[in-house]
Amino acid sequence: MSSTPTIRLPSHKIFETNSLILLIGIVVAIAIGGIVEIVPLFYLKNTIETVKGIRPYTPLELAGFNIYVREGCYLCHSQMIRPLRDEVERYGHYSLAAESMYDHPFQWGSKRNGPDLARIGGKYSDDWHRAHLNDPRSVAPASIMPGYPFLAQTPLDYSHIKENMIALSRVGVPYTKEDIDNAADDLRAQAGAKGGDALVKRYPKAIVRDLTAESDVTEADALIAYLQQLGTHVDFKLYDDAANIR
Amino acid sequence: MSTSGAVKSVRTGEVGLTIVLIALGFAAIFITSRAYTEAFAFHTSLFALASFAGVVGIALRYQRREAETPLVIDGRPNYNFGPVKFLSLAALFWGLAGTSVGLYIALELAFPWLNFDTAFINFGRLRPLHTSAVIFAFGGNVLLGTSFYVVQRTCRARLAGDLAPWFVALGYNFFIVIAGTGYLLGITRSHEYAEPEWYAISFLVVVWVTYLLVFLGTVARRTEPHIYVANWFYLAFIVTIAVLVLGNNTELPVSVFSSKSYPVWSGVQDAMIQWWYGHNAVGFFLTAGFLAIMYYFVPKRAERPIYSYRLSIVHFWALIFLYIWAGPHHLHYTALPDWAQTLGMTFSIMLWMPSWGGMINGLMTLSGAWDKLRTDPVLRMMVVSVAFYGMATFEGPVMAIKAVNSLSHYTDWGIGHVHSGSLGWVAFVSFGALYCMIPWVFQRELYSKRLVEWHFWIATIGIVFYITAMWVAGIMQGLMWRAYTDQGYLEYSFIETVQAMHPMYVIRALGGAMFVSGIVIMIFNIYKTLASPATAPAAELGAAKLAPAE
Repeated sequence: MSSTPTIRLPSHKIFETNSLILLIGIVVAIAIGGIVEIVPLFYLKNTIETVKGIRPYTPLELAGFNIYVREGCYLCHSQMIRPLRDEVERYGHYSLAAESMYDHPFQWGSKRNGPDLARIGGKYSDDWHRAHLNDPRSVAPASIMPGYPFLAQTPLDYSHIKENMIALSRVGVPYTKEDIDNAADDLRAQAGAKGGDALVKRYPKAIVRDLTAESDVTEADALIAYLQQLGTHVDFKLYDDAANIR
Repeated sequence: MSTSGAVKSVRTGEVGLTIVLIALGFAAIFITSRAYTEAFAFHTSLFALASFAGVVGIALRYQRREAETPLVIDGRPNYNFGPVKFLSLAALFWGLAGTSVGLYIALELAFPWLNFDTAFINFGRLRPLHTSAVIFAFGGNVLLGTSFYVVQRTCRARLAGDLAPWFVALGYNFFIVIAGTGYLLGITRSHEYAEPEWYAISFLVVVWVTYLLVFLGTVARRTEPHIYVANWFYLAFIVTIAVLVLGNNTELPVSVFSSKSYPVWSGVQDAMIQWWYGHNAVGFFLTAGFLAIMYYFVPKRAERPIYSYRLSIVHFWALIFLYIWAGPHHLHYTALPDWAQTLGMTFSIMLWMPSWGGMINGLMTLSGAWDKLRTDPVLRMMVVSVAFYGMATFEGPVMAIKAVNSLSHYTDWGIGHVHSGSLGWVAFVSFGALYCMIPWVFQRELYSKRLVEWHFWIATIGIVFYITAMWVAGIMQGLMWRAYTDQGYLEYSFIETVQAMHPMYVIRALGGAMFVSGIVIMIFNIYKTLASPATAPAAELGAAKLAPAE
């Protein structure tokens, strides 16, 4: 169709006349960048800081984490404080890679329609969270967050919490056999039933909550237990920034 | 199968697929009976229903089909446009559905009572429905449909496979239904643009490998010596998406009876792999695939050859090589190691060049045919899409610079950037291609060019409203977050920065409503087109003259 003479790149003919060679060329071209950027993250020791205090989620917190995922909270709330002056002053110490090392999947987020939640734990009371989830505008009149009253009305289904922990232990979360065997008891204990001491032994700094005054453990209980531990594992009074300069 | 007489016999593929579908159907029923949750039981029942419907479909098709399907009739390829017709109409349906959900969640951000305190339509569940519906349902159907069309025309060969193209077309849309209903029921992996759970993705992988084989099989059948440039881009899109999906879905299901799975990777590695996937879903789904569309439909519609063959080679290889590296720019200043962030930034800036190589090649193809922009709104839509592509691929590298990103990240600037690319580039080039292709494959005259004019202008103005509102919102919120008083305190509480967004969110919703209206106009136009009497095989079908890639 073109009447003007075209310049031919002879070396390219092989790709244009052989679909398998074109395919191989594409695979090689796209493999390099991914390999260079991803593979070292698994063996460079300084990728994840050495830091004390990080522990896996308790069964109740894990159930809460899964509700956080299910409701798409990460779409409006990041969990990644950047080392910028305003963020550190607004939210607290910048996030460490170690702090999300047991998050399958990670919840760093990409958009802040609401504030960052990486260190929300302990900033508000359980009652505040309960009121806020039921009706965000009752405690923050200008909030644009959806209300989640159904969480407090839905009993938590933890019939398969053990299976969930087994799956996580297979992908590298260090749950022991004891943790897994006691999962349902630990879950109830953290919500206010008996057995809180055993729970805290297994999960240091886990906070036994007084969540279930009236009936079953609810989804809101689990989500609040998850939110209240966010960012609290590492004691930044003892943490040495310089030790992990990378 | 290949008997010379007209005796109809059952084909191997028909028997094989029937057996597979029956097995899948019974497996799905078994899983349904033991599913952990009702939501998963609902999905496995859908799998069972779809499998048995597939068997019935194969039987009905057997009754209707001819004994043999010739590859060539009267010296011309016997093109298979059935799946193309289905995919292009499915694209229109999903385009309206996906953008309507987008409009709704835009309104939710402006007027939060629209969440109605319910689980199913809260922002967190609808937002993945919107993104998946527009990217994978609308965009995916456009890509599948046009690729099945373009690969046949540019190879001058019938689509490979007998049932396979239909399996790809219907299977892909079934995957969309599973993914979309899953979000509403709270089934999600929480990886953005990769939310469908393990069973949906497993099924998608089967569909996608079949798609690759159909595509390669058709290319192998070609009667043209060279593989046309559009097909390089389609192939890169198909192969890379397969690699990305497999990489990002390395996950362990809790049980075969559970919809839940946990990714093998966690924290920082999971983040890197997710954005390696996420940015290249943009690079290969929304860019390479739609560049393929540009490389076929723009020269075809303008009746001009591609501007530069050499440029298409250089920018093709540079684009696919560089794109893969750009993922870490989604993780600037995070806990991802700095070396990876620096690599991501550097390659994102370099990516500007091959992106503009594509834009220049598309725009300059209009050389000598610029006058057509006055008279042909379909061509104008595609040319404007290429201009938006150039704009978005300039904005992207700017935002990938760490200093800029420290302001833009986590704000609506990102949302605006995505939409100038997805509405301006992806959707517009798709609309242009569908306005061309639907009349060609259905052998109809397009009902009204005037309605295309309306679609073009209402959508273009809508995009301008949308992206300017998001620029203002994003930059303003970013500046407010980092504003300090004279005393050295943070000037604004977070909630004050949310309040300040309200007017921009209303303007954005208005822009979105205009864009949705454009799609409604398009669907009406296409409906009237299909309702009109068929014309003789259109002129376009007779003259398949393209500038060959040499």
